[in-house]
Amino acid sequence: MEDVIKNYSADFMQLKNTKENDWFSKQRQSAFDIFQESGFPNTRVEDWKYTDVKPIAKNTFSNITESNVASDNNEIDEILIKDLDCVNLVFINGTYSEKYSDIKNISSKIVIKSMADALINDESLLKKHLTKHINQELNSFTALNTAFIQDGAYINISANTNIDKPINITYISRDSNHPFATHPRNLIVMGENSNATVIENYVGSGKVNYFTNSVTETVLLQGAVLKHYKIQQEGSSAFHIASLNTSQSKDSRFESHLVSIGGALVRNNINASLNEEGAEIIMNGLYMTEDVQHVDNHTRVDHLKPHTQSHQNYRGVLNGKSRGVFNGKVVVHPQAQKIEAYQNNANLLLSDDAEIDTKPELEIYADDVKCTHGATVGQLDDDMLFYLRSRAVDEKTARSLLTYAFADEVISEINIKEIQNKLERLIIGRLPDSSLIREYV
Amino acid sequence: MLNIKDLYTAVENKKILEGLNLSIKAGEVHAIMGPNGSGKSTLANILAGRDGYQVTKGSVSYQDKNLLDLSPEERAREGVFLAFQYPVEIPGVNNIYLLKAALNAIRKHKGESELDAMEFMTLVKEKMKLVQMNEDLLSRSVNQGFSGGEKKRNEVFQMTILEPKLAILDETDSGLDIDALKIVANGVNSLRNDERAFIVVTHYQRLLDYIKPDYVHVLGNGKIIKSGGPELAIELEEKGYDWIN
Ligand SMILES: Nc1ncnc2c1ncn2[C@@H]1O[C@H](COP(=O)(O)OP(=O)(O)O)[C@@H](O)[C@H]1O
Ligand SMILES: [Mg+2]
Repeated sequence: MEDVIKNYSADFMQLKNTKENDWFSKQRQSAFDIFQESGFPNTRVEDWKYTDVKPIAKNTFSNITESNVASDNNEIDEILIKDLDCVNLVFINGTYSEKYSDIKNISSKIVIKSMADALINDESLLKKHLTKHINQELNSFTALNTAFIQDGAYINISANTNIDKPINITYISRDSNHPFATHPRNLIVMGENSNATVIENYVGSGKVNYFTNSVTETVLLQGAVLKHYKIQQEGSSAFHIASLNTSQSKDSRFESHLVSIGGALVRNNINASLNEEGAEIIMNGLYMTEDVQHVDNHTRVDHLKPHTQSHQNYRGVLNGKSRGVFNGKVVVHPQAQKIEAYQNNANLLLSDDAEIDTKPELEIYADDVKCTHGATVGQLDDDMLFYLRSRAVDEKTARSLLTYAFADEVISEINIKEIQNKLERLIIGRLPDSSLIREYV
Repeated sequence: MLNIKDLYTAVENKKILEGLNLSIKAGEVHAIMGPNGSGKSTLANILAGRDGYQVTKGSVSYQDKNLLDLSPEERAREGVFLAFQYPVEIPGVNNIYLLKAALNAIRKHKGESELDAMEFMTLVKEKMKLVQMNEDLLSRSVNQGFSGGEKKRNEVFQMTILEPKLAILDETDSGLDIDALKIVANGVNSLRNDERAFIVVTHYQRLLDYIKPDYVHVLGNGKIIKSGGPELAIELEEKGYDWIN
């Protein structure tokens, strides 16, 4: 472990030297101190009980992002959502790519730019928000991210402003001659009664050994609505640790849709803070795993005030020797009366060797609340299988179709057709025997 | 067409059918009646090929094939159709896509050309009228949110599209009001011809007012304990099942 921290220290020194007079350097330093002190979490820590991050810790990643990593139009075309008219921000190996991004022609009431740019030019706004909306005590991955912030997306929507086009943030990880870590940092500030849609798409290719350690902070002022989509399709040997944080004022509404299919070792954290009355969060999630993938989904909702609502619906499809985790924690603070918290986690195990640990956690300190939670783990339904087969569908196709239908319950909640279609194609591509079901979907 | 000989079955080691014999020729309609738990659905499931129903003795031949050797999907392609007593809801699987794929799988098996979307929709429109199916049920997931009656009607609708050779209707009339019952009967009668056979499982004689059976059988103690013509159903209605024993 010592050696590992040493490697991060060396990189941190290098970064510090290049950003010596930076207003942010003090925060970097204190974040790095936290990381250095706590190191990576081990499985004795309750929150990391099911997920051992040793495989990440034992790698020596380079933490300084390279610029000018080449890509090509075909690859980018494949990744972007072609038929969706959106504002694109593209990052390659952690660095903003001007070539593939398109953030021109945006109204003056909206700021969309790279974090690298914002760190230099938007000091006063960033000072107000950056690192201020991380709800949990700074965990070591978040601290590591803060220490190494180099790029990401900064979005600021003025009050009463509606941006029709979704903002599509794509993080691509490509071949490199050494293992590397990126620490994408996104900050989204939603003014009063503003409205936006943001997509975070993490993509990587097969054999590249890399580690994405991302943090997104969002602030929703009164009446703001943010729809957030995260697509995690990292390469099959990649590590992905990410946290999405919300800080929500009165009557704001956050919609989170997560589709997690890639990566070797993955942790998706969502921390929602419902700070004022009427704040609401919806969390839909789908994780699909195969081979020896490990995907851990952690959500935490803090109901701090009365009349706040949270609705969580997560589904998992697990194949091969893969392992999934769902840990959903809801904390209802004293005084937070008349809140509603709903949580459901359903899992489909497609093989005998796949495993799921599902753990709802409720901490309730108020007495007039509506909380429900449920978790199921099962195989495909025999009655459904027989019904389909009795209608001339062969068994393999019927299994594939029912698996698709199970996963699609989450995707069908997405009301932007182009995103829905893209995700449906993605999950179909991940099904066993997917070529068989084309005529049914 | 169908020949069931000395059939013994068990589910989870519980004996259900014990020595059942039944022979059905093309063009015939056979009604099967019997008290709850007498094994009517078991027989229907065995014929359609459901897992978990063991045949411990006996044989079933269908169009000179050993039916019990075929998987459920092969049976469907060979023209066996089961209208379920309790049609299951399948969220996420589209009703109409399933039906189109089913029809084309059966046509392909018969060496007929597959229907394209236009041809299929023309057929669907025609059959929908016949069973008075509500159009918006088509685009929904299979049976999802359907009322009990709508589920039954959907089964009959599927049957009229798939045009099976051997149709087994398992209590399709249960829970239907008289108007719905007539519609279901209408669907069945529209398919009746010399090449097709029906097994109509029912509790009530009233369905048989609309679907005139050639034979009525009573199931009891795991076998057919009495057979007769339509008049047997009327007699059962009056006297109950105890009278037979
Ligand atoms: N899947 C099953 N598991 C256990 N017992 C069953 C199953 N299916 C049927 N049975 C039993 O077999 C007997 C016959 O049932 P069934 O064929 O459904 O009768 P019917 O349709 O005539 O009412 C009943 O005693 C029933 O409880
Ligand atoms: Mg029955």
